[in-house]
Amino acid sequence: MEKLRYERPVIKKLEAGMPNKFGLRTEYTPMTHIDGVAVKDLVKDYGSPLYVISETTIRSTINKAKKAFTTRYPKVQFAWSYKTNYLNAVCNVFHQEGSWAEVVSGFEYEKALRNGVDGKKIIFNGPDKSEADLRKAIENESLIHIDHLDELYTILEITETIDKRPKVAIRVNMDTGTYPVWDRFGFNYENGQAWDALNKIMRSGKLELVGLHCHIGTFMLAASAYAIAAGKLADLAIGIEQKYNHCIKYIDMGGGFASKNTLKGSYLPGSDTNPTFDDFAEAITTALINSNFKNNELPTLILETGRALIDEAGYLIGSVIANKRTSLGKRTTIIDVGVNLLFTAFWYEHKMTPAQPFTHYTETSQVFGPLCMNIDVIRENIDLPLLNKGDQVVISTIGAYNMTQWMQFITLRPNIVMIDTEEKVHLVRENEKLESITDLEKMPEHLKKFDL
Amino acid sequence: MKINKNIAISDTGFVFNPLNGESYSINPIGIEIINMMKEDKSFEDITHTMLTKYTVEDATFEKDYFDFIGILKHHNLIDTNEQA
Ligand SMILES: Cc1ncc(COP(=O)(O)O)c(C=O)c1O
Repeated sequence: MEKLRYERPVIKKLEAGMPNKFGLRTEYTPMTHIDGVAVKDLVKDYGSPLYVISETTIRSTINKAKKAFTTRYPKVQFAWSYKTNYLNAVCNVFHQEGSWAEVVSGFEYEKALRNGVDGKKIIFNGPDKSEADLRKAIENESLIHIDHLDELYTILEITETIDKRPKVAIRVNMDTGTYPVWDRFGFNYENGQAWDALNKIMRSGKLELVGLHCHIGTFMLAASAYAIAAGKLADLAIGIEQKYNHCIKYIDMGGGFASKNTLKGSYLPGSDTNPTFDDFAEAITTALINSNFKNNELPTLILETGRALIDEAGYLIGSVIANKRTSLGKRTTIIDVGVNLLFTAFWYEHKMTPAQPFTHYTETSQVFGPLCMNIDVIRENIDLPLLNKGDQVVISTIGAYNMTQWMQFITLRPNIVMIDTEEKVHLVRENEKLESITDLEKMPEHLKKFDL
Repeated sequence: MKINKNIAISDTGFVFNPLNGESYSINPIGIEIINMMKEDKSFEDITHTMLTKYTVEDATFEKDYFDFIGILKHHNLIDTNEQA
């Protein structure tokens, strides 16, 4: 006789009244497959934990975003924000979909070049560009977005020794009515810093001012903030035209659109409440079209959208290590995914779905990772079906920042696979071995031996 | 260990404690265990039955069983007087 699937015995007190916010079940159906590939097979072939990236979802998401903007505005260009996920395979899916590269360090710049991106289509942002980085970017005719006056002066110095006219923009920070105001990057709009930098650029005669840039924040939940930002950049652009008879080529609105994740403490799931690409596109394009640009002089609209384009394409499969109770009797489940692999657990209530069939019985649980550290909390409060040791869970919407901000801490980083549009699985980053870490270390001669 | 005599348990796992008016829901495996306890089956008998019927290891079941009993006690559903 075939044995039945085991579920641990549970008893739950029935509470009268309203279901509380934690009463929302994560999922009603198990997630046995990702893009047609069985989770069980993925774990058998590639181990647990395992990052899984859906190429199909990346392509459909960028196309949704493109459609939202191109149906509202004549000239739109996306640039893939490398820091959000700079796995080469991920970057190249975006490049195949027509995205340029947006980088914020010499390392990311090199990565984009090696991926085959034309230097003219690399946007170089960020406060830390070395003189060598700037020189290379100028040689390659990349788009340099100046963050501070020291950078501007370095670029002007380089022009003394190089026979190229650097293509530059400035990053502008501003009050868009949201909190916090990101005023540590770029030049402030309200207090005149931005105009000061623009005047220096225009008067130098050595630089080509090609655009204006802003990035007003991340995980923005108010599309209206973008309308304010776009309006202010448009005002600057029109002012430059009037003052210097010079038309900039593009306005770059940066990134920051919220993904479908749920911020900690939100009452409702982000997938139901966060603004859509259409909402953001409507706000930005309406502001640009309604500004005083002459109709044939509308600048190209560049978008450096990061998390909203990749979050949903990423999954993290984990396995249950143990179930236990706290001193107060609270159910605790330990899984092999820690905050070292899921940095975003600090911000989001990530959706977790068992990968095998379950009944409708649930327990309110807290989910911890395997690190021997108090901070290693994946979910503080989640109604989960009854999981057994060895069961798999799929954590969804993790594609942004986790594969770049991960930490090599206590455990090694696991495999990453990408499922292509024909349901074929490709290993796109190998799991780390002990040597991946120790090969970089050097042992001083006198420390090589010891007796215990 | 005995389930408190006053406790009403339906086949669907709905439990009512008339002493304090609280109600609870139990999953099917929990009901099976409670029913065996009512029949005065020993822990060993219960374990044997469950291990034959379900895909579960001895150690896992033992751990889950005592965890479950702990929660029943916590909710005063087990008659602790008779335990002695
Ligand atoms: C300059 C710039 N552009 C784009 C992004 C991508 O932002 P997001 O992932 O919020 O869309 C960032 C992220 O911080 C950024 O700093």
